[in-house]
Amino acid sequence: MRIVVTVKFVPDLQSTRSFTEGTVTRTADDGTMNELDENAVEAALQIKESLPEGECEVFALTMGGADATAAVRKALQLGVDHAVHVNDDAVAGSDVFGTATVLAAAVAKIGEETPVDLVITGMAALDGLTSMLPTALAHKLGFAQLTLASALTVADDAATIERHLPDAHDTVSAKLPALVSVTDEANKPRYPNFKLIMAARSKPIATYSLADLGIDPASVGALAARTTVVDASPRPPRENRVTVTDKGEGGVALADFLIERGLV
Amino acid sequence: MSTVAVLVEHRGETVAQPTLEALTLARTLGTPVAIWLGDAPAADAVSLLGEYGAEEVRVVSLGEAGRVPSVAAAGVTAAVGDAPVLIVVSTFVNKEIATLFALETGAGMVVDAAGAEWVGGRIETMQTVFAATWNVRTRINAERAVVGVRPNTTMAVAAEAHGAASVVPVAVETPEVRETIMSVEPQAVPDGAPLSEAAVVVSGGRGTGGDYTLVRELADLLGGAVGASRDATDEGWIGHEHMVGQTGTTVTPALYVACGISGAVHHRGGMQASGTIVAVNIDPEAPIFEIADFGVVGDLGDVLPQAMARIREHKGA
Repeated sequence: MRIVVTVKFVPDLQSTRSFTEGTVTRTADDGTMNELDENAVEAALQIKESLPEGECEVFALTMGGADATAAVRKALQLGVDHAVHVNDDAVAGSDVFGTATVLAAAVAKIGEETPVDLVITGMAALDGLTSMLPTALAHKLGFAQLTLASALTVADDAATIERHLPDAHDTVSAKLPALVSVTDEANKPRYPNFKLIMAARSKPIATYSLADLGIDPASVGALAARTTVVDASPRPPRENRVTVTDKGEGGVALADFLIERGLV
Repeated sequence: MSTVAVLVEHRGETVAQPTLEALTLARTLGTPVAIWLGDAPAADAVSLLGEYGAEEVRVVSLGEAGRVPSVAAAGVTAAVGDAPVLIVVSTFVNKEIATLFALETGAGMVVDAAGAEWVGGRIETMQTVFAATWNVRTRINAERAVVGVRPNTTMAVAAEAHGAASVVPVAVETPEVRETIMSVEPQAVPDGAPLSEAAVVVSGGRGTGGDYTLVRELADLLGGAVGASRDATDEGWIGHEHMVGQTGTTVTPALYVACGISGAVHHRGGMQASGTIVAVNIDPEAPIFEIADFGVVGDLGDVLPQAMARIREHKGA
């Protein structure tokens, strides 16, 4: 079985995040693998560990500039077998449809010798939070779409997920190949151990260009994007903030504030 | 005038409030038509949609197969027809349906928007990102646009003049799909507005120690929904469906009350765009106070009962 986990390089949540010329500022200093992709890596590793030794290979796949290597490096530290980085200046500014086009071509290339059975993604990236990529990637691949999985089992050439929606909990199944996006309820991601961290340093990272993938650079990137950020500005902090310390009248002060604002 | 399709959120026969907000927004962009997935709506629902400006209610009945995103998307695509704009409420399910619609039609798409307008023949959207610390304006370059709107970002107002909405059944051939629904286990729907749509949210975190009595009481008093931090849902004190945060529910109520919540970045990302933020926490260093319009450093057990007594007194007056 061959599994590809897509991982994204995003600004650290704890850092000061910003825009530069309409795209998210990404630098190696305060960037990291998207936290929710840890659940995707964990799901892939659990499937691998449930199978006999040597029967499953897990690839981590990312796309982006040179800094994005940090994302697949993190996946190697967690224990994936191989790392692939689509590194091409022409992908900068891609929208979700361009990104899905590139990742689908990379999955196809990874599957040239041994077909890819499963693609696993996180439920969202904590920078854009659109949650659109899993659907778009499944569509481009022609794989079954099993998204927002809070549980995943793979058996008998099929994947089955639990999908918790507000009105009902669904169980959905599909024959492989399938794309599965997992939520942060699906598992508890492991921590990298020292041995894997050391090993990850020297593991090779395969690099693809758009030419390697047979993609016309004009069909992806900022110019092909169906959306463009035309203005981005930091929001001013809330004004006139008040904090009081309760000395016996804190509750009354709170209530009076709400009454004054017409909120009760 | 352009036709603007609005995908209706409904729970059974009840039209959800964000749909009325979306129809209000749609009226500023063109002539709204409503798209109803499910069994044909009752007369009350049709007339409500008409009051908010829908000229037509296009009904697509897909049965249980409609729970598969690609089946729902086929239905929506047929019902939208050649309308240049589709507005959906920004939920996880609708994002999937709308993404497939955009792939099918070449539309450009923005989700989690707080508003939209025409600028030079193209739709532009407004939204907040990075835990509501930035404002972003996005132009949709494609001729067709899909906009996912957040609840509570447009004030729902009925149309001044409106006719009765006509009901138009849309025939769709259910596409062959690779996914099979094995089982559907309906969940009990709590009374009142769901967390994502509530105008008031009262949330409890670690500081509750697992006792939500006061949090629920305050939520009831304010007519709001009960939320929680990740800490609290991880402890099993309250169900995951109550979690406010980047991976739980994102809320933008007029009033957000954080009780015993420190305000970790994951939590702030799910509530920072709220209208007014109020926080009660025993720890004066809690980061929640950096974003609260009004904060009380104190014990929940002292502050909340006193605040509720004062509010009841005010309401009774």
